[in-house]
Amino acid sequence: MDPVFLSRLQFAAATMFHFLFVPLTLGLSILIAYMETKYAWSGDKNYLRMTKFWGKLFLINFALGVVTGITLEFQFGTNWSRYSEYVGDVFGSLLAIEASAAFFLESTFIGIWIFGWNKISAKAHAGVMWVVAIAGNFSAVWILIANGFMQHPVGYDIRNGRAELTDFMAVVTNKHGLLEIIHVVPASLLLGAFFVMGISAYHLLKKQHTEIFLKSFRIALVVGLVSSLTLGFTGDMHGVNVSKHQPAKLAAMESHWETRTQAPIVMFAIPDETQEKNKIEIGSIPGVLSFLGFHDFNAEVVGLRDIPKEDRPPVLPTFVGFRTMVGLGTLFILLMIYGWIRRNKLLESPNFLKIMLWSIPLPYIAMEMGWVVSEVGRQPWIVYNLMRTSDAVSPIAGTQVMVSLTAFILVYGLLGAVGFYLIAKSVKEGPEAVTA
Amino acid sequence: MELQSIWFFLWGLLWAIFFLTDGFDFGIGILYPFAGKTDRDKRVMLNAKGPLWDGNEVWLVTAGGVTFAAFPKVYATMFSSLYTPLMLILFALIFRGVAMHFRGKIESPGWKKTWDTLIFLGSFLPALLFGVAFANIFAGIPFDNQGLYHGNTLKLLTPYGLLGGILFVLMFMLHGANWMTIKATGELQDRFARIAAKTWMVLVPVAVVFLIASYFATSLYDNYIKSPALFLVIVIAVAALLCARYFNAKQAWFKAWFASALTIMGCIFFGICGLFPALFPSSMDPAWDLTAFNASSSPLTLKIMLGVVSISIPIVIAYQSWSYNLFKDPISDEDLDMDEAY
Repeated sequence: MDPVFLSRLQFAAATMFHFLFVPLTLGLSILIAYMETKYAWSGDKNYLRMTKFWGKLFLINFALGVVTGITLEFQFGTNWSRYSEYVGDVFGSLLAIEASAAFFLESTFIGIWIFGWNKISAKAHAGVMWVVAIAGNFSAVWILIANGFMQHPVGYDIRNGRAELTDFMAVVTNKHGLLEIIHVVPASLLLGAFFVMGISAYHLLKKQHTEIFLKSFRIALVVGLVSSLTLGFTGDMHGVNVSKHQPAKLAAMESHWETRTQAPIVMFAIPDETQEKNKIEIGSIPGVLSFLGFHDFNAEVVGLRDIPKEDRPPVLPTFVGFRTMVGLGTLFILLMIYGWIRRNKLLESPNFLKIMLWSIPLPYIAMEMGWVVSEVGRQPWIVYNLMRTSDAVSPIAGTQVMVSLTAFILVYGLLGAVGFYLIAKSVKEGPEAVTA
Repeated sequence: MELQSIWFFLWGLLWAIFFLTDGFDFGIGILYPFAGKTDRDKRVMLNAKGPLWDGNEVWLVTAGGVTFAAFPKVYATMFSSLYTPLMLILFALIFRGVAMHFRGKIESPGWKKTWDTLIFLGSFLPALLFGVAFANIFAGIPFDNQGLYHGNTLKLLTPYGLLGGILFVLMFMLHGANWMTIKATGELQDRFARIAAKTWMVLVPVAVVFLIASYFATSLYDNYIKSPALFLVIVIAVAALLCARYFNAKQAWFKAWFASALTIMGCIFFGICGLFPALFPSSMDPAWDLTAFNASSSPLTLKIMLGVVSISIPIVIAYQSWSYNLFKDPISDEDLDMDEAY
C-alpha cells in the first residue's frame, strides 16, 4: 500500500472534515458577538435569546472544530515528516505562533464564555465573545499564511539541506497568503450568514419566534450581501495571482490544453487527461480566460500540453471544483441582492425563505471546492516548485496509514452524524424563554 | 546560554505545563466512573474542569507547535516513529472533548453511558500513553541516522515504559482528586479527599521504583552525576509529593493541588534535565541522538520564535490565571442549573 497516496487521502479527509466546522466558527462567532453586544448595551431580552440560541449551535460546532484541528497539526509530523524536516524552519514557526498567540486565546475565552454568565457583567461577557471571534479569525490568518508559503514559498534560502528562514516579514506579508485571508475570511462570514438565514427561514416559514428570527435574518443578510460581493472581488484578485505564479493550476482550473493568446473559457467541458484534450466542449467564449487571468483579452495562457506531464495537477477535480465555486459564488450574490430587495417583506416571501433554507449546504460546498482548487491544483508539489508531495511523506508503512485512515473515516463519520443530529435537534427546539 | 539550550528548556517547560494543567483534567476523567456515584456527582466532576480543559489542551498544541518550530527534525522523527500511539492519543482526545459537550444534550441513560465510557477512555488512554511514550524517550527509541524507526508499538510496552505509564496515571489521579477537593462540597469533597490520600499511598512506591528503575533502564543519571546540583530537581519533586499528602490531611485544598502540580513539574524536569542535550535519544547508537544542537532550527528562526513566545506565553499565563481565579469556587446548584453547564 502506497503511503503517499494514503497519507494524501488521510490529510484530505482530515482537513476537509475539519473545514466543515471552522468557517462556521469564524463567521458565526462574529454574528453572535454582535448580537450579544446589542443585548449588553440595550438590555433587550430578545437579543439575549438570540445570543443563547445561536450560541448553542455555535458550541456544538465549535467542539467538533477544535478536536478535529488538533489531529491536523500532528499529521505534519506523523505522515509528512520529510516535509516537516525540510521546511520546518519556516513553516513550523507559523503553526507555533498560531497556537501561542491565537488558539490559546480562543480556547481559554470560550470556556469563560460558556461558564461565565453569572461570573462577569453582561458587557464583559459580550467582550469575551469578541475575543473568541477575533482570536478565531486571527488563528485562521496564521494558518492561511502558512498555506500561502506552501503555495508560493518566499523568504527562505536552501541551506544545510533544507529551507532556512531568511526574511520573516516576507513570509508574513506573502501576497499569496494575504489573498487567501481576504478570500477565506469573507467566505466564512458568508457561510455564517447563510447558516443564520437558512435556520431563521425555517422558523419564519413556520411563523414562530418571528421577532427573533426576523432580526437574526436581517443582521445576517447585511453580512451576506457585503461578503458575497467582497468574495467576487477577492476571487478575481486571487485568479490573477494564480495565473502569474501557478500557470499549471490555472490551466487545470479551466481544463485548458493548448497554449494560445485570446484563450477562451468554455461553458461546459469534460476533460480527458489521457488524450490531453476535452472530450466535449460546449460554448467557448474567446478571450475571456486571458482576460480573467491577466486582465487582457490578448494575453497568452499556457496550456497543459506545454507543461511536463509530471508537473501537471489532476485536471478533473480542479476543473470541477473551480466551476462549482464560481457558479455558487455568482448565485450567492444574486440571492443576496434579491434578499436585500425583499428585506422588509420576508414573511410574505415564502419561496425565497424556502430557497434560503435549502441553501444552507451551498456555502459549505463552495468552500470545500475552493480548497480542492487550491490544494489539488497545487499538486504534484507540496511546496510549489520546491518540494514534491511524493518526497514529503514519512518513512512509514502503508498499513499503519491504512489503519489510521480507516479510523479517521469511521470516527469522523460518526461524529459528523452526531453533530448534525444535535444541531438539527437544537434548531427544532428553537430559542428558549430567558429568565435571567 | 546558547539559543538551542534555552529552547531545549522551553520545550521541556511547555510539555511540563501541559501535564500540569491538562493533567488534572485527565485525572478527573480517570476517576470519573469510580468516584462519580450519581449523575449529580458526575456533573460536578465535569463542570469542575468544564471552563478550563479547552485552554489546558492548547498547551499540547503549543508544545507540539514549538517542537515543530524549534526542532523540526525532532518533530518529524518523534511523531513518525511514535505514529500509532500518537494517533491513539489524538483519537482519545477527540472523544474526550466531544463527550463532555454532548453527554448532557440528550436525556437518555444509554446516550449518557456511551459518552461516560468515552470520557474515561479519553482521559485514561492519553495519560497512560504519554507516560509510556515519555519513559521510552527517556530510555531511547530505536531509530537510525536516517530517522527511520526500527521498532513497533507493542515493543514500547517494556516494563520501564509501562511503569512510566502507571506513574503518569497515578500522578494525574492525585492531581485530579486534589482539584475536586477544591471544587466539590460536602460528602463528595470528603470522598475526593480520601481518594487523594489512597492514590498517594500507591503513587509513592511507584515513584520510588520509577526513580530506581530509571538508573538501570536509562542514562538519565549521567547528567546528575556530572552536576550534582541537579539532584535538587528530584528533591523538589519528592518534597512536593510529601507536601501533597500533608496539605491534604490539613484540608488545605489549594496547597495540596499546588503540591501535586509541582510534583508533575518535578517529574517532567527530572527527565528533561537527564536528557539534555538530547530531545530524542536513539537506543541504537548515541551518535544518532537528536539533540538541541543537531536538530534545531536556524538561529534566525530560534531568535524570532524566542521573541514571539517571550511575549505571548506570559500573556497566556496571565489570562489563564484570571480564568482559573474566576472558576475557583466550588460548584453550586446554580452552576449546574445553567443551560450551558455540562
